[in-house]
Amino acid sequence: MPKELPAKRFAAAVLATALLATACAQGSATKAPSAESGKVTVRYFTFSAAPDHVKDLDTIVAAFEKENPDVDVVVETAPYDQYFTKLQTSLAGGTAPDTFELNYENFVTYASAGSLLDLGSVAGDEPAAGLAAESLNAFKHDGKQFALPASFSTVVLLYNKDLFDKAGIPAPTADWTWAEEQAAAEKLTDKKAGVYGDFQPVQFFEFYKTLKQAGGEFLTADGTKTAFNSPAGIKATTWLVSKVGKTMPTEAEIGGTADYDTNLFKSGKLAMWHNGIWQFAGLKDVPFNWDIVVEPGDTSKASAVFHNAVAASATTKVGKQAYAWAKFLSSSPVAATTRIQSSWELPPVSDQAVLAGYLKDPKPANRQAVFDSLNAIALPPVIKRQQEMQDAVTQELTSAAAGRKTVEQALADAAAKVDALLG
Amino acid sequence: MTLTATRQGRRSQGSPVPRPRGRRWRHALTVAVFLLPSAIPLTLFTLVPMAGSLWTSLHEWDLITPMRWVGLDNYLTLLADPETHAAFLHTLYFIAGYLPLVYAGGLGLAMALNRAMRGRDVLRAVYFLPVVTSWVVVALMWKWLLNPAAGIVNWTLGLLGVEGPGWWTDPSWAMPSIILASAWKDLGFVMIILLAGLQAIPKEYHEAARVDGASAWQRFRSITLPLLSPSTFFVIVISLINGFQVFDQVHVMTGGGPAGSTQVVVEQIYNLTFRYGRAGAASALSWLLFAVVLLVTLVQIRAQRRWVNYG
Repeated sequence: MPKELPAKRFAAAVLATALLATACAQGSATKAPSAESGKVTVRYFTFSAAPDHVKDLDTIVAAFEKENPDVDVVVETAPYDQYFTKLQTSLAGGTAPDTFELNYENFVTYASAGSLLDLGSVAGDEPAAGLAAESLNAFKHDGKQFALPASFSTVVLLYNKDLFDKAGIPAPTADWTWAEEQAAAEKLTDKKAGVYGDFQPVQFFEFYKTLKQAGGEFLTADGTKTAFNSPAGIKATTWLVSKVGKTMPTEAEIGGTADYDTNLFKSGKLAMWHNGIWQFAGLKDVPFNWDIVVEPGDTSKASAVFHNAVAASATTKVGKQAYAWAKFLSSSPVAATTRIQSSWELPPVSDQAVLAGYLKDPKPANRQAVFDSLNAIALPPVIKRQQEMQDAVTQELTSAAAGRKTVEQALADAAAKVDALLG
Repeated sequence: MTLTATRQGRRSQGSPVPRPRGRRWRHALTVAVFLLPSAIPLTLFTLVPMAGSLWTSLHEWDLITPMRWVGLDNYLTLLADPETHAAFLHTLYFIAGYLPLVYAGGLGLAMALNRAMRGRDVLRAVYFLPVVTSWVVVALMWKWLLNPAAGIVNWTLGLLGVEGPGWWTDPSWAMPSIILASAWKDLGFVMIILLAGLQAIPKEYHEAARVDGASAWQRFRSITLPLLSPSTFFVIVISLINGFQVFDQVHVMTGGGPAGSTQVVVEQIYNLTFRYGRAGAASALSWLLFAVVLLVTLVQIRAQRRWVNYG
């Protein structure tokens, strides 16, 4: 190695370093997908379309682009369990999609963080019409409309009719309670044949609902403290936990398999399945008879209702087009009929005639149960630190299910954790 | 900055300042240029982010809204939070299982492969393969091997009439599963380091001991282990640091579950940032972890004077 570097080589090294740095800078710059000539691109990020309804979303996009030839809607999808991580990171990184789907539980977090565009500011004299008032109100924050409701869905009890008939057990009815469900589940479980009577995940979303079915409340009336560490809470937790390993497979038997319950039901080896109406489309072609009823309750009925909405990013440069797309997805007849025809949840429209179309589909026969389930609903408790609350409750329930803690201990610990989050 | 430095360097060459000073300048410059390729990435991707995280740790930040100054609040909250205590305990549990296993296993392999035998080089390469494999691949593979429903481990145990445990779905077995996978992956690394240490021990010592009638165990106790202590020290320092930072395998195999039984510190840092929108608290926890690792390493460097033998 020469002791003194010749000036030329030295300069070359510096130049090379500089070039490298420039190259890196260019490589890492993220650019939005460029629009076709003269068109405005509106990006839309969603969790509810994939995998069963991507085509249906495409139908709505095509209809929108036909009406708005100067707008190009680019759809991006992510599975629900990754969706909010991705959304949050893209908001933080300044690469947020122009429009994105939000559910009711997470709406407050994003609205209060100021990451949503006040849609009233870009609506002009074209407000979204024909939407159910309660759906619209669910997505108001501080009196401002930060998102437009796009769909809603409920959770029902899906059951394999053939399994019930074969066992000579009468099929579930709307007046079933936990006791009937449990008795049937025990009779229908045949572990040797790999058949299970029941499937209801042990987690937050089942807990607040069963809690309400048992007559309990998650939070106190003023929302400042938990109220679920109660006899009703113990009853609900015991109900969920007692199924595991008896009428329902254990975590070890599930072995972390994705969509285990869906596949179990589709293969005809699950008699009763607590799941949402978004499963209907995927069950179109199963080779057995199945139907639904309103979920059995305990002291009272309570069905989970989930609302999804479409919001626009506060930083979008195409607010007007973003609003037009959100409005179309939310309240256009095309969107409503596409959803109804494909059983892609339900459109939040106020027109009962449109909704009546939902009942025309022959499968499942008792579609009326979807509307009946709206008579007594359980809305998820929403706090600012939503995800932490959900994880804490699920973790304690899992501890109880695994036998690491008693139901009482798990509930007390969950209440302490959630109280700390509220405080 | 570099360009100005160059210009100054050239000017000093032609200017009437005393020569030694100019030469010193040029020498410093030469050194700087050679250091640049590693100094630039080190600054950009380690030092600047570290300073950034220290700054972030003094704020409340949900990644979306602007940061809000909270001083030491994040640290105080974390220190009082039972979740933090649990995360550190789980991490210590991991280390307590992983370190002895990986050291004993690596030492055994190194001793076995230090002897003249057929296929020795192939075996050394084979045992090193997991080290250069991506953690995600290894973790997914072990997740399948240890799958309680369909994994080959439980299937094999079943053939022997033993009912296998729930491995990573059972809160009591999840951490042992992760320890097992981690030790398996890092065995090769420990083996290579110890192998190099073994080969540096002069054969004469063993020969002399054998002549004096020392048994194999006595030779291992009194010659191999003491003379291997520098390598052992290195392995322990590195493994401890890796152990405190355990994340990839946990995130892939259990995601901190079931029932939070494998919630280690770095997994908690990840959750705080990307699930809970608490980047400030996550940064504070990173610094707490950094402090613990630093402290443990300092203690080790102190203690090594008593047991590490540089012969």
